[in-house]
Amino acid sequence: MSVTRAAGAGRPIFHHIVTASPTRAILHNTHSLHGGDESPSRPMTKTAPLPAGTKAPGFSLPSAPGKRVSLDDFKGRPVVLAFYPADWSPVCGDQMTLYSALRSEFERFGAEVLGISVDGPWCHVAFGENRHLKLTLLSDFEPKGEVSRQYGAYNEGEGTSERALFVVDGDGIIRWSYLSPDEVNPGADGILEALEKLGQPETASSPSEA
Amino acid sequence: MSEQHLAPAVTGRDHVLGDETALVTLVEYGDFECPFCGRAYPILKRVRQRLGDRLRFVFRHFPIAESHPHAEHSAEAAESVAARGGAGAFWAMHDLMFEHQRALDDQSLGRYAASAGVDGAGVLADLREGRYTGLIRESFASGARAGVNGTPTLFIDGIRYDGPRDEETLVAALEMVAAHST
Repeated sequence: MSVTRAAGAGRPIFHHIVTASPTRAILHNTHSLHGGDESPSRPMTKTAPLPAGTKAPGFSLPSAPGKRVSLDDFKGRPVVLAFYPADWSPVCGDQMTLYSALRSEFERFGAEVLGISVDGPWCHVAFGENRHLKLTLLSDFEPKGEVSRQYGAYNEGEGTSERALFVVDGDGIIRWSYLSPDEVNPGADGILEALEKLGQPETASSPSEA
Repeated sequence: MSEQHLAPAVTGRDHVLGDETALVTLVEYGDFECPFCGRAYPILKRVRQRLGDRLRFVFRHFPIAESHPHAEHSAEAAESVAARGGAGAFWAMHDLMFEHQRALDDQSLGRYAASAGVDGAGVLADLREGRYTGLIRESFASGARAGVNGTPTLFIDGIRYDGPRDEETLVAALEMVAAHST
């Protein structure tokens, strides 16, 4: 199996043969040996995120004190919904910072990224200012987690949103979704790939390539 | 779902330490002003020493300007130094910046460039003209497509490494991959 992508002009085609190397299995073992993140005491209340093909549940959530944003505001263009557990994760390369830094990549697809957590609007404002985020953060604060629940992206045990990603097309249909382990920042590659596929005919979106 | 997280193959445009015939390749997507990259720097240095010629190390730019106001210029300065002084100068600049993460303003970058053996004023002129801005954006965008999710992100033989970044774990992971690659 190979992943071949055209990079920028004049750059070589990226090409990597995975099956030829046992690296993946080795690295996987290394992670579980030392990661210790799969603690058995953790409540196994994982819900499945709404799958591709589902109509995205509508919502209207505060983006700042006194301001609201609804899914309908983005009719006709793709929206990325990035549910995440909490503001102030203690890493500088955190997920929202990454998406903010990547906004020009998302803009190429006319896509808007909305970060959603159960933190309140004032918390989002402080977080956004502190991290210099140029990204809309929404508060799924009251009733707490309601929208996250509708998307199958709520962790009942923790009382926070899961780390779940949805790419919604201009007609309000979920075209890609992904649930990441809480402790793993899923990055942006899946989102960018899904956005790229939006521009292609339906028949090309078969997931059989993996 | 294809959650591959595969880094682009190493090319002639990469900054590389070690030989193409090395048993295992470690790619770092890094940001010269990121404190986590700063902490990883001496660790990766020792890892390189321990693996010796079994390891090829590659550094790629992933400056997160939102968090680090000097990250973009630091990355551009490294490219300018490389263009002017070659690989040796690039790695000298790479080390100097990681060793002086708290002083990465343009003046300091000019001084480090001079220490790395190139014309510091020329490097500052390149920064003003934004000569390497496009190249850095390209590296950033291709990193994002490969699954870089913060800095530093490491790839071992092209596959994203999400494990702990302490010296022993890294050496063990790299040695295992190296042992299987013959």
